[in-house]
Amino acid sequence: MSDRSTRLLLLASVFVIATCGLIYELIAGTLASYLLGDSVTQFSTIIGVYLFAMGVGSWLSRFVGANEALIFVRVQLLIGVLGGCSAAVLFVLFAHVASFRVLLYGLIGLVGTLVGLEIPLLLRILKDRLEFKDLVAQVFTFDYIGALLASLLFPLVLVPGLGLVRSAFLFGALNVAVGWMTLRVLRLHGPPARMLEGTAAVLLLLLAAGFAAGGRILEWSERSAFEAPVIHARSTPYQRIVLTRHGDDLRLHLNGNLQFSARDEYRYHEALVHPGLARMPEARRVLVLGGGDGLAVREVLRHAHVDSVMLVDLDPEMTRLFSTQALLTDLNAGALTSPRVRIANADAFAWLGTNTQRFDFVVVDFPDPSNFSLGKLFTTTFYERLRTALAPGGAVVVQATSPLVARRAFWCVDATLRRCGFQTEPYHVYVPSFGEWGFILASLEPLPELSALPAGLKFLTVEGARDLFRFPPDMDRVPTEVNRLNNQVLVRYFEEEWGRYAP
Amino acid sequence: MWRGRTRRQFLAGSAGAAALAGAGLFGVSRKRRITGRIVGSDAAVGHRIRDGGLPAPDRQERVPVVIVGGGIAGLAAAHALRSRGVEGFVVLEMAAQPGGNSVSGANAVSAFPWGAHYLPLPGPEAGDVSRLLRELGVILGDDARGLPVFREDFLVQDPVERLFLHGRWQEGLVPNLGLGPEERGSLDAFFHRMAGFKERRGSDGRPAFAIPLDASSTDPELRALDRVPFADWLRLEGFTGESLRWYVDYCCRDDYGMASDRVSAWAGIHYFAARRGEAANAPSHAVLTWPEGNGWLVHRVREPLGDRVRSGLAVFRVQQEGATLSVEAYDVQARRSMAFLAERVVMATPRFIADRLLERNPKARRDTVYAPWLVANLTLESLPEGRGAPVSWDNVWQGSPSLGYIVANHQSLHPVPRSTVLTYYLPLDATDPVTARRVALERSWDSWRDQILDDFRIPHPGLSDQVLTLDVMVWGHGMVSPAPGSLWNPERPESAQPQGRVHFAHSDLSGISIFEEAWTHGIRAGREVADLLNPA
Repeated sequence: MSDRSTRLLLLASVFVIATCGLIYELIAGTLASYLLGDSVTQFSTIIGVYLFAMGVGSWLSRFVGANEALIFVRVQLLIGVLGGCSAAVLFVLFAHVASFRVLLYGLIGLVGTLVGLEIPLLLRILKDRLEFKDLVAQVFTFDYIGALLASLLFPLVLVPGLGLVRSAFLFGALNVAVGWMTLRVLRLHGPPARMLEGTAAVLLLLLAAGFAAGGRILEWSERSAFEAPVIHARSTPYQRIVLTRHGDDLRLHLNGNLQFSARDEYRYHEALVHPGLARMPEARRVLVLGGGDGLAVREVLRHAHVDSVMLVDLDPEMTRLFSTQALLTDLNAGALTSPRVRIANADAFAWLGTNTQRFDFVVVDFPDPSNFSLGKLFTTTFYERLRTALAPGGAVVVQATSPLVARRAFWCVDATLRRCGFQTEPYHVYVPSFGEWGFILASLEPLPELSALPAGLKFLTVEGARDLFRFPPDMDRVPTEVNRLNNQVLVRYFEEEWGRYAP
Repeated sequence: MWRGRTRRQFLAGSAGAAALAGAGLFGVSRKRRITGRIVGSDAAVGHRIRDGGLPAPDRQERVPVVIVGGGIAGLAAAHALRSRGVEGFVVLEMAAQPGGNSVSGANAVSAFPWGAHYLPLPGPEAGDVSRLLRELGVILGDDARGLPVFREDFLVQDPVERLFLHGRWQEGLVPNLGLGPEERGSLDAFFHRMAGFKERRGSDGRPAFAIPLDASSTDPELRALDRVPFADWLRLEGFTGESLRWYVDYCCRDDYGMASDRVSAWAGIHYFAARRGEAANAPSHAVLTWPEGNGWLVHRVREPLGDRVRSGLAVFRVQQEGATLSVEAYDVQARRSMAFLAERVVMATPRFIADRLLERNPKARRDTVYAPWLVANLTLESLPEGRGAPVSWDNVWQGSPSLGYIVANHQSLHPVPRSTVLTYYLPLDATDPVTARRVALERSWDSWRDQILDDFRIPHPGLSDQVLTLDVMVWGHGMVSPAPGSLWNPERPESAQPQGRVHFAHSDLSGISIFEEAWTHGIRAGREVADLLNPA
């Protein structure tokens, strides 16, 4: 091979490694903002850490002795495997490690350091084959063109076409290929070179396998648990909060159970709040129990006659998240920071025990009664306590699981409310991500007919709201026992019925 | 709404396993020191009284009525005096807290019982107990059918009981898992028989078995059951299934501290046939419970008595001097004695103490059997789950000398399970009570801790890593045992009769140790005294 073609190939490798280097940085930045939210902070810290690490790498290059060519190959292989697997590793481990940031910045720091070593080493390899001014000019030209290519490829081709995980594997393979080519071009021989060649082959196979399985890795890491990329995960003393996003579909999971999907939550929350509250044009004070996502509060605030909303949710992390994260406050229209809203982070049972205020309307939006602890929030004892918080003429609406899947569970909540002296008006709504869902409107005195709804609703109309109260035969009332602390029949109904549905 | 759970749990599990493997590799172990102690030192005070040599009284106090003993009977007597307008009395209690067998403790996690932890729904004969529950707001009123409505947060919450059997938890305490038809038949026949006793009335028209016990029928045919050991009666009647015998022994040990071979058949059947309470909002077999057990009732009854309840005062002599009774008591804290000069005294102590203080009935003193007990309270980081049925209020396992544990904060309404206190009950009936009592009082905390944690290993192998504290209390004379012949004999009713100016109140007078008996005797004694002080 002529000296000229050697030079050209080495300069081409500058182009490839520059592209790869920027791609890893972009992948990490995207992934971090994807997983941790707040993209400005994530990108800016990722870029900062990455550039700093590159500086460290460049400085470290001075400790490399005469064997710079072999070291350069080793560095290529290392970058290939670390960078190539970075997206997959970060995705898979995200939901399962305690401190994701340590992993993220550790990996970025390592890849950055290695990338920082590349150009100084390459300069040294090329120094005898080119004039210094040509060398510097050409290396940096290829470097910056590579960067441009990467920044255009990434959003236009790679992310939509391959996705983050496969893009990383692809560029990892390119890095390894550059290493392997360098061995060939510089005609490096001897046992270390042979071993590196073997390693490169193994790594290429590995990265190719990763590329091929990229889809499945994603499926395993994300879809297995949440069907979409996780963008926030946090364990609080009370629950595991996970937010996922797939396109415009933002979803909240608590302890692995879907709480809402941004695509259709308006159906759930409009149906939860308005059929009751819109029939109480005098209602001024509203209590929301559970529902720390602020979505029910958002609907309540549509009623101008409501001048105060008290939100009681156990988990301060939930209300903090939904008061501060831009994605989430967009969804709940900043409901939790409204001057009309006050928040108490307390257990609803205990809070009702000490509460002295009276409310015109109460929204009870607890998780399903899937265990004995949650089942207590659906008992006669709870509803008796709730009655004491109700102003004369007030009403309550209760989230009461699916009347289609858990028919007896739904009607058991109805029977329990009736036993506590409430008149009930059960109704149901279809929410695609949940299925057929049920609510019970309960009051001590009959409520006036619905005549108007607040403006801006996407789902409910006055006509449509009346239809919700009709039950087809397959989910119509069945006789059930009353749920009490000392029998917890609701949990038993719920387990049996949902167990049959999804074993 | 159940999606994705198992996979996540599997992942979490694998991560846990990997962490464990890592910990193993690097020799990291998490052996925490469990702290704890032996609580209460009543036996030591009791023995000083028995052995004499306490200082003579150096001051006197004059008070119309002295109630000796601040257990349920003594508090009931005080309660009855107050409700009849008698305010001049004191209640002298040897221990640091009143309450007797219903005494309780508390820590940052929960209140917990040191003894009695529940009360069955009172039946039609337990009028005094029903009245108390109405006064305390436990019974809120009556429904249209005249059935009492109970406060539901005091009714034991579901799930109530589970039994660890063949490596997994089953719901309920009656063995059910893997029973053959014969065993099942034996159990069914037994419960059918007990239901018959529950309905039965004697030749005098009174219920065959009632609470309080003295409301039971005098029918000689029924009373003859008292002379036979329960185990013999079961054998004679053909109730021989192994599971049935285990269950019956469990019940006898639970209520009487001894197995079916050492209690009378009348007492054994009483356990199954005397609870005839009803409620508007609960089934008949429901019970009332609180985190501190019956300590909740103690606190409510004690509160209006104020400083008339004197704790840490051990009465060591009761003497009649003319029309005045001198009650001499040793102040455990101040280490000095004082005398109370009273017109009337209510002896609300166990019979063996009353008889000793009054120097009477040496034979009865020797013959009465008291079962020694150990009760432990364990504070845990989290609830111990296990395979099968979920954690219940009462959790029992076979192959253990203990009666298992109850979850003290089972009645908590908090929606997220957190740390917990388990109350562990161990009747010390492996040997005769005298030996068992002596051995138990000599044992160290370490040896109790090891025994208890070993026992827990059967259903909860990893539990000791979860334990933060473990306190134990040894009850030397835990409760009177209804030995064969001890209930229906001419001597027992006499022992409740006043002697001169001294009146008697204690569950020992009934021969079984339950709240209802103590309360009923206390109210009766209080009324006797009040009627004498305020002749109508």
